[in-house]
Amino acid sequence: MADQNRGLSTKHLLGIKDLNERDIQLIFETADTFKDVLNRPIKKVPSLRDVTIANVFFENSTRTRLSFELAQKRLSADTINFAASSSSVSKGETLIDTVNNILAMKVDMIVMRHPYPGAGVFLSKHVNAQIVNAGDGAHEHPTQALLDAFSIREKLGDVAGKKVAIIGDILHSRVALSNILCLQMLGAEVMVCGPTTLIPKYIKSLGVKVEYNLMNALNWCDVANMLRIQMERQDIKYFPSLREYSMMYGVNKQILDSLDKEIVIMHPGPINRGVEITSDVADSKQSIILDQVENGVAIRMAVLYLLAGQKP
Amino acid sequence: MQNLTLLDGQKFQITIQRLCHQLIENHDDFSNSVILGIQPRGIYLANRIASELKQILPQANILHGSLDITFFRDDFRRREIPLLPNATSIDFIIEGKKVILVDDVLWTGRTIRSAMDAMLAFGRPQKVELLVLVDRRFSRDLPIEPDYIGIQVDSINSQRVIVSWKETDKEDTVILLSEKD
Repeated sequence: MADQNRGLSTKHLLGIKDLNERDIQLIFETADTFKDVLNRPIKKVPSLRDVTIANVFFENSTRTRLSFELAQKRLSADTINFAASSSSVSKGETLIDTVNNILAMKVDMIVMRHPYPGAGVFLSKHVNAQIVNAGDGAHEHPTQALLDAFSIREKLGDVAGKKVAIIGDILHSRVALSNILCLQMLGAEVMVCGPTTLIPKYIKSLGVKVEYNLMNALNWCDVANMLRIQMERQDIKYFPSLREYSMMYGVNKQILDSLDKEIVIMHPGPINRGVEITSDVADSKQSIILDQVENGVAIRMAVLYLLAGQKP
Repeated sequence: MQNLTLLDGQKFQITIQRLCHQLIENHDDFSNSVILGIQPRGIYLANRIASELKQILPQANILHGSLDITFFRDDFRRREIPLLPNATSIDFIIEGKKVILVDDVLWTGRTIRSAMDAMLAFGRPQKVELLVLVDRRFSRDLPIEPDYIGIQVDSINSQRVIVSWKETDKEDTVILLSEKD
């Protein structure tokens, strides 16, 4: 029986940095139960029936927005959706004004994605609502890291002691930072791998291994988390061509078969098939990409349940 | 703190047996009935009842499972932190069956209301009955009454009823705890 006197140590979910190991275990245990709920004929529970949540997306998203929205609906919350591209933001409204206008309609919680790092932290200091960060620039994407670690735990039994390589565009990735923090907190070893230009200069200060050779990284790891090249954030050329990148850092079936062990392949999506991984790898048995998406709903339900359950 | 033992030893065992025989009166061979223990504390009573029934009716197939009601409670956002869920395990169909909900202590009735909500996510039972070991009578917040009762207790709100089980707490007892002032 779970210890009933445990709650999250934070009011918002702004980043993995604000969580401790107990929080993460609490989220995982709660997500286990929600995963069970999601496999029932009636997948809905009434917990959040008096909670209203606004999904505020200043940047494009498919998976994260749908996953959050589904998690909210499964918990019976009322939801409203906001996409910056079709809103008054383009008329010059500030972030705080936009959000305060949404809150004036009696909204309890904001799920926000924003292109600027720290947007969630900033907002949490200026508005009276619980904030869940759904990705802020190249800073953090906490729910993605949680669902990645949850998927590793599900596939390999535990996260502690596992070796995880994060491969690709580390410099522009919020998934990388949140994953490093989350996996290390749970006792995993983390390595980052990519072209020198896409590895941040001081990343070693986070206590991760750095490797520039793909084969070395794959031979070392139990789990390879493949990241997409974030073209939209690259203002200059970081490597000569996509073709060259995919020859140096792309994973295909031949490479996987040449390893002397079976490693788990993960990808936070969206996949650029043929660039960071080929189709036969993405669709192989070793890949848990779709499990990640499935677990995403359960993890987000757990996060929303634990945050919204705090007394307002 | 002052303790008053309400049930223990042989009396506890006799009470469980009586409840089993009362169940058999209404449910014959349990071919159309299932037992659902309410998490977290009702599952011990449900397990005990099920194993006791198996001894009395060796040829019967007694279906029993556990039901978690956490997400169906009515005090979400009204306590400091949310309660944590437990596992639900119902590996049979309750549609059209007679369901016996089992919990250790019946007090305000709010848990049972949540349990009926939670149960409906698994189907529409033909009939629902309630079995409790301890009925703290005259303290209901909702119009809910049990069909099978171990013992009835008159208690006030500041008192607590604690049920202990051999399986987890070394002995079978029901204790009434009172704050001494």
